Amino acid sequence: MGAGIKVEDLNAWYGSTHTLQDINLHIPANHATALIGPSGCGKSTFVRCLNRMHETNPIARATGVVKMGDVDIYRDASPVEIRRRVGMVFQRPNPFPTMSIYDNVVSGLKLNGFSNRRVLDETVERSLKQAALWEEVKDDLKKKSGASLSGGQQQRMCIARALAVDPEVLLMDEPASALDPVSTSKIEDLIFQLKSQYTIVIVTHNMQQAARVAENTGFFLNGKLVEFDSTHKIFTNPSDKRTEDYITGRFG
Amino acid sequence: MSTQPVSMQPLRDPLQEPRKPSRSNVARRSAMDWIVSGLAILATLLVLAPLAAILFYLVYKGASSLNLAFFTHVPAPVGEQGGGMSNAIVGSGIVLALASLMGIPVGIAAGTYLSEFGRGTFLGNAIRFTADVLNGVPSIVMGITIYSMVVKPQHHYSALAGGIALAIMMVPTVTRTTEEMLATVPHAVREAALGLGVPKWRTAISVSLRTASPGIITGCMLAFARVAGETAPLLFTAFGNQFWSFNLNEPIAALPLQIYAYAISPYDEWHRLAWAGALVLIVLIMVSVTLVRIFANRGVLKGGS
Amino acid sequence: MSMESEHGATTPVKPAVSLPPATERTLAAPAAAPSPVREFLSTRGSGKMADSTFAAVMLACACSIFVIVLFIFWVLIQNSRLSQAAFGMKFFTREAWDPVSGDFGALPFIYGTLMTSILALIMAVPLALGVAIFLTELCPRPLRAPISFLTELLAAIPSVVYGLWAVFVLVPLMRDTLGPFLVKTLGWTGLFGGANFGVGLLTASIILAIMILPIISSLTRDIMTAVPNSQREAVLALGATRWEMIRIGVLRNSRIGIVGAIMLGLGRALGETMAVTMVIGNHPDISRSLFAPGYTLASVIANEFSEATGDLYYSALIEIGLALFLVTIVVNAIARLMVWAVTRGAPARVS
Repeated sequence: MGAGIKVEDLNAWYGSTHTLQDINLHIPANHATALIGPSGCGKSTFVRCLNRMHETNPIARATGVVKMGDVDIYRDASPVEIRRRVGMVFQRPNPFPTMSIYDNVVSGLKLNGFSNRRVLDETVERSLKQAALWEEVKDDLKKKSGASLSGGQQQRMCIARALAVDPEVLLMDEPASALDPVSTSKIEDLIFQLKSQYTIVIVTHNMQQAARVAENTGFFLNGKLVEFDSTHKIFTNPSDKRTEDYITGRFG
Repeated sequence: MSTQPVSMQPLRDPLQEPRKPSRSNVARRSAMDWIVSGLAILATLLVLAPLAAILFYLVYKGASSLNLAFFTHVPAPVGEQGGGMSNAIVGSGIVLALASLMGIPVGIAAGTYLSEFGRGTFLGNAIRFTADVLNGVPSIVMGITIYSMVVKPQHHYSALAGGIALAIMMVPTVTRTTEEMLATVPHAVREAALGLGVPKWRTAISVSLRTASPGIITGCMLAFARVAGETAPLLFTAFGNQFWSFNLNEPIAALPLQIYAYAISPYDEWHRLAWAGALVLIVLIMVSVTLVRIFANRGVLKGGS
Repeated sequence: MSMESEHGATTPVKPAVSLPPATERTLAAPAAAPSPVREFLSTRGSGKMADSTFAAVMLACACSIFVIVLFIFWVLIQNSRLSQAAFGMKFFTREAWDPVSGDFGALPFIYGTLMTSILALIMAVPLALGVAIFLTELCPRPLRAPISFLTELLAAIPSVVYGLWAVFVLVPLMRDTLGPFLVKTLGWTGLFGGANFGVGLLTASIILAIMILPIISSLTRDIMTAVPNSQREAVLALGATRWEMIRIGVLRNSRIGIVGAIMLGLGRALGETMAVTMVIGNHPDISRSLFAPGYTLASVIANEFSEATGDLYYSALIEIGLALFLVTIVVNAIARLMVWAVTRGAPARVS
């Protein structure tokens, strides 16, 4: 089961650039939420603040309150603990090049010291099935390197890797931007299936994608959250002029 | 950048007279071009000549002196025929193993610091710079330093002292290659691990270092090959030994030391053995360097992201 | 790759825009039965202790490089006290070297070191530049890798093997062929007077030149490769010949780095020990003739250290080591800064 996320007065900086300004947002549990906006609008920074990846950059900084369930992730826990509860899928597939498919999928467990073989085997099967990759790779799980798969397969393997730690929230930072249309549609199918079990936040520059997979959509512009509402409302009757300009393509 | 007018055509008014390069000038310039190309090729040949000469003499003089006894016997006393360098080969192995055990872990750790923690910081830059400078300190200086610190208080030469001297020489080389190899690991791979809630230390070891490991092994082998032929730091530390010794607290023979001792001796028999020893040494070093080359050319991250 | 049907579960139809309104059942309570995986991970600590321990160990190892340099410096200072007290700074300007009466000065060694290093640079630099130019600008592509590999092999040959080769090949060549030839052609300069035994400053310089060549040429090559092609094209577009392009487009843009590479070679030449010791003749003379035997800072240590019985003798040799250490540190530091200025901290090649 997923957890909802409540964001209050979130501000973030890269060096002296104020990349996120006073974000207030309420992401419901077990739904898919899409974040759209032109590039550089802060939507990627925003998701990276949700699992404290933002602060891995030494010049980056964030203030405000982010509550996941009842946990204030900036006060009550360490970044490591938060990231174990929040899976993340990055823009480009980033498998561990030296590990087999099997080891890639359970890397979040093994690298955190989990060693029960039976559970590991089950986890690999469960998460690869969830990521719709099981049938394609089940015969050479340990024979092939994770980097030997095609781009789309790699990305689904990365999704499986994120799901293997059984997270409460799944963050996806433009997961399909580097993929071909067929792989993209597979990823979208996945999101559609997974959102009943996990809280999914997906960053996308593709408005159709947002419309297809998400119940709620937020529109970011210049580091501010311009509008957040049901996807239907955003795409049919946005209340802000800038949102309307953006979704109708009159923007930039 | 500098774009001063060149020794080309002096500028004339292009409208007044259609420019026509004077024949002699063009000839001079293209002759210059040929001369310089010829000189560059000549230089390359001149540089490769000593290499060829050295390799030729090594094989020519060394191979004829190599026999089974060379690998199985200890040096014969003055005036006697035969004898070998078995103890020196093993001694070199022992000293180098000691050096690697001490130098490689420290070097890898220092390189890991530079790449994973100290990137862009003042301390990191200072350490990187110091490592490069230390790399250029003459090896004989390491020898007398360790002599003064280890051998003199103990009142005897030892394999351990030789190992420490070589270890100090390995550290900067290993540090720099480790850092360079870690820099080739894509940032996205580290992010993947951090994003899974893997602590930083575990990410550094199991992801960064493991991904870069072929390159790091290469670097360690290069550092190893470099100190394997070192003589100067061993002169006053390992010192050399005509007999077998496995005691780390005693003087120990080493191949380069033995080659040196025999090369400057007045006996033909020993000169012969020096050539044989040099051949063995160089084959060992070249094999490792060539292996490294093959490794390096295969690329560190094949098919990686 | 188009295997939609392979999905395990049946693919739900994608509605264009589905709209369950944003529910208020946020902040969901934890699932009824947490999976073993989630349970395990929630019990793992933050790893903060391990993280800071790890960082501290790595930092300590990195700082060991400072420690090594300071340690060498301190040991050399401590152990040369006696000589420093006896001769002061004059140690470096005195010509005497008499272990029997305990009278020591480093001037002959400084002279020998500078002389051999400078001669080696005079021979090596043009050749190294020629090789670098050939490799970056002229060499047909398929030959490039093998030739640079071969020049780097030169760097992998141990000093003692160079020495061995020099003793048995270069010295006779010098004595019987090269030496007489130089006397005949350049004897008038006065640089080639006196007896020619084959060993001496010139022989040492030649072997040094061979040894520092690969260092200078491989670094110069790296630096010249770093010059952007647009620079070359700009000059070529003006109608320059290839040599003019190299001179103006390449050499002029990389001169600081090339000077740095030459200084790195100088650093190596100053401290080179074994090969020099084997062919320089080992005699503390200051002689104008390049055939005369000489001595360098490094070779006097290698040759006399183990026989240095007296405390003052030992201390004087350590002081020579200290001088060598400081000089090479300074030369290398300047050289590194120059190379860095051009390659901007790109990988520095180690031999």
